[in-house]
Amino acid sequence: MSRVRQHINLNEQLLFELGSPGRRAYDLPPLDIDSRPLEEIMDRGLLRENVEGMPELSEVEVVRHFTRLSTWNYHIDLGLYPLGSCTMKHNPKVNEAVARLPGFSNAHPYLPANLVQGALRVEAALEACLTEISGMDAVTLQPAAGAHGELTGILMIRAYHEARRNPRRRVLVPDSAHGTNPASVAISGYVVEQIRSNAKGTVDLEALRGMMSDDVAAVMITNPNTLGIFESDIATIAEIVHSHGALLYMDGANLNAMLGITRPGDFGVDVLHINLHKTFTTPHGGGGPGAGPVAVKKILEPYLPYPVLVRAPDGMLSYNSDRPQSIGKIKAYTGHFGMHVRALCYILANGPEGLKETTEVAVLNANYIRYKLQGVYSLPYNSPTLHEVVFSDKNQDKRGVSVWDIGKRLIDYGFHPPTTSFPLIVSGAIMIEPTETESRDELDAFIGAMLAVAQEAETNPELVKSAPHNARIRRVDEAAAARRPVLRWKA
Amino acid sequence: MRYIPCSESDRKALLGSMGLTSVEQLFAGIPESLRLRRPLDIPAALSEPELVAYFQKAAEENAEDYTSFLGAGVYRHFIPVVVDSLISRSEFYTAYTPYQAEVSQGTLQAIFEFQTYITQLTGQEVANASLYDGSTAVTEAVLMAHRITKRRKFLVARTVHPEYRAVMATYFRNLGLEIQLIDYLPTGRIDISHLQKAMNDTVAGIVIQSPNFFGTIEDTAEASSLAAKFGALSIVNVCEALSMGILRAPSEADIVAGEAQSLGVPMSFGGPHVGFLATHEKFVRQMPGRLVGMGVDQEGRRAFVLTLATREQHIRRERATSNICTNQSLCALMATIYLATLGPKGLREACEQNIRKTDYAVRQIQSRTPHKVLFPSPRFNEFVVQLQNGAAFAVQGLFMKNIIPGFHLGQAYPELGDARLVCVTETTTREQIDALVEGLK
Repeated sequence: MSRVRQHINLNEQLLFELGSPGRRAYDLPPLDIDSRPLEEIMDRGLLRENVEGMPELSEVEVVRHFTRLSTWNYHIDLGLYPLGSCTMKHNPKVNEAVARLPGFSNAHPYLPANLVQGALRVEAALEACLTEISGMDAVTLQPAAGAHGELTGILMIRAYHEARRNPRRRVLVPDSAHGTNPASVAISGYVVEQIRSNAKGTVDLEALRGMMSDDVAAVMITNPNTLGIFESDIATIAEIVHSHGALLYMDGANLNAMLGITRPGDFGVDVLHINLHKTFTTPHGGGGPGAGPVAVKKILEPYLPYPVLVRAPDGMLSYNSDRPQSIGKIKAYTGHFGMHVRALCYILANGPEGLKETTEVAVLNANYIRYKLQGVYSLPYNSPTLHEVVFSDKNQDKRGVSVWDIGKRLIDYGFHPPTTSFPLIVSGAIMIEPTETESRDELDAFIGAMLAVAQEAETNPELVKSAPHNARIRRVDEAAAARRPVLRWKA
Repeated sequence: MRYIPCSESDRKALLGSMGLTSVEQLFAGIPESLRLRRPLDIPAALSEPELVAYFQKAAEENAEDYTSFLGAGVYRHFIPVVVDSLISRSEFYTAYTPYQAEVSQGTLQAIFEFQTYITQLTGQEVANASLYDGSTAVTEAVLMAHRITKRRKFLVARTVHPEYRAVMATYFRNLGLEIQLIDYLPTGRIDISHLQKAMNDTVAGIVIQSPNFFGTIEDTAEASSLAAKFGALSIVNVCEALSMGILRAPSEADIVAGEAQSLGVPMSFGGPHVGFLATHEKFVRQMPGRLVGMGVDQEGRRAFVLTLATREQHIRRERATSNICTNQSLCALMATIYLATLGPKGLREACEQNIRKTDYAVRQIQSRTPHKVLFPSPRFNEFVVQLQNGAAFAVQGLFMKNIIPGFHLGQAYPELGDARLVCVTETTTREQIDALVEGLK
């Protein structure tokens, strides 16, 4: 396995250091109306003279600037992202083409329903697909991202309990959960308590039983959990939760591990959110936009955010806001429609067999990586792996090499680092999720790089600890950046 | 499946290398009673030509050939071609969140530039890397003011976007926070004397929108100084971000938060758009959302990195400043490219055209139709027309001519009945305005 040298090192200043007065990249048709002077239209005091510091650039400079910046990014079109839990799979190109159709991209959210039947049909079709895939009864597409979906789900749980005259006080979350889970619970006005995991890496049933009471509003689990392990006691967990009148929330981040294999609705989940980018290939965009639809059982349907899509007997679709028990609106308009189009496009491209195949191959690939790296990298939990596998840096740590160093060294081999130091229950976690969109050759190349880095950790730990050596920049002094934060350009 | 590079023989080889014969063996950890033993009941797979045709047909069912005067928080502006061309580079749109600075300098520098542009437009000192949208940005601003002041009551102008107020109410309900609405005057501006009367030292913040939901430009400085007098924070909400290119910056506000869709982001039936939040340096540790900072690498080169992460949920969990994980990076990039393309002069020109064309439309409607334009205060690119008798007939006639005469205000503001919120931008032609006026005669 040889290291690559492909990071382009052109220098490119900040926009604000470029350009020169008089250059321009934009023009409009001349004003086609007779206009009064501006000062007659409004008081000069309301206006600003200029926007201080904005550069004047030509189109060439704008294009070169952003093109150069783009070459400093790793991205899924370039290669594998072994990011456990943060899943990055291939983003099909047709998704982008259809989301940009002018009938979609130019549609205003306040157009009357009879003029947007096409868009509403897309929404209805996606709702139906997600309902079936998750085994639930109804879906809202309104939440803007996964964490936003969590909040929506917990608020619905609260509304459900309030309708029973007691909102309850506590929400239980396993110690292996994503950080957004406790944060979303807190913002919903609940107290968060942690359930410990057992030696298998799954929820400790005894611990759960001991913590349950009629004061618990919900238990929030991730399944498969963040160790890539299926909670095999999930049916019992659901029973325990329901026997106390509480509801079972599922973080659906890892839904990509169960398409057509098993369904949350069939194993007792009352509400889950779905991260469209992880399972249904909406592009990550360098950190958003996401989309976090929420699927619920019938008992929670009255509490869905308004408006709700309804179909009249004649087939006409429209939004209904007359929902007295609704938790309210969770964002303006009806969600990230552009992402919904892409997700539906992906689901329709796959069909039932295709979706099942994505899960099968994702799980196959993760197990192949586990098989090849096991032993060289320490495996803290030996339970069967689904879509992702979590190692630890225990073996390398003996030489002073941490998971962070291993990730940075992988950059020199042309790969993005895996998810590091998460889940928190594994010290020095190395979390790897290849997804189904990697070929055997790509997997072997990655495995080769991981083995080479492990070897280097033995023979030349300093080399690993000082990586990356071939990236555009060396490691950044993050502590210094946080101590005296510089968050904008100043002349 | 065309997105899966694993043929039957690849599958066999991978399984074989692990001593397995079937992928079924890998799912042994899932109890049989929980397995789905039938195919999912979703439509059968479509080939790529079928997919394209399916979506083309749906897109064509949406009204494309209408002249729309809809605004109300989502604006039709000309988006230079270069914006979509650049964000379509897969280096940007297929990249992950820039947690690994060494392989994410492109995204990080672009976000740093977005943050800088937002501070320049808002007159504030720091801006975050973006939030979901305007409604959640304002809500996060309000939660931030609650954290800073430890107070629970907010005075919110009724002229703040009704959907934004609804979102705020959803978040507030379980946190013990309270909203008191402040009415507007016949000028279209906030009733400042009502605001003064409602103000006291239990108030955490004042939320005011400018241009407000009626398109009227507010005097935000007055509200800010009032807030300061009582130790409260002033939050200025901007839904029409383009207006910041020409209107006096609300630099005296404590937080400026809103929606930047009008800076180069397609309307896309309501999303994804891009929220922003800017404030003073002293509040930076109470800010929600991601922040990119400028620093240096080990060899002293300028480098960008996500910073102050100890505020965020993945570190602080239930004690985080917000539950937000993602931002709207790609939409923030659209806004950044849009602003770079327009530059200060293009921005000024676009803004002036909005103001002048809107002024033209107002004068035409006032002088040539029986309908009344409400609220005389200055406006950016929206105004309210109170339709006189026979309004329904006039509106129907306009729809017949493929003209959508703006947003119906009656639902959110019952006292305005049949009034329409009309939006005119630089993309609206004189011919279109004249056709609207003709239809309203």
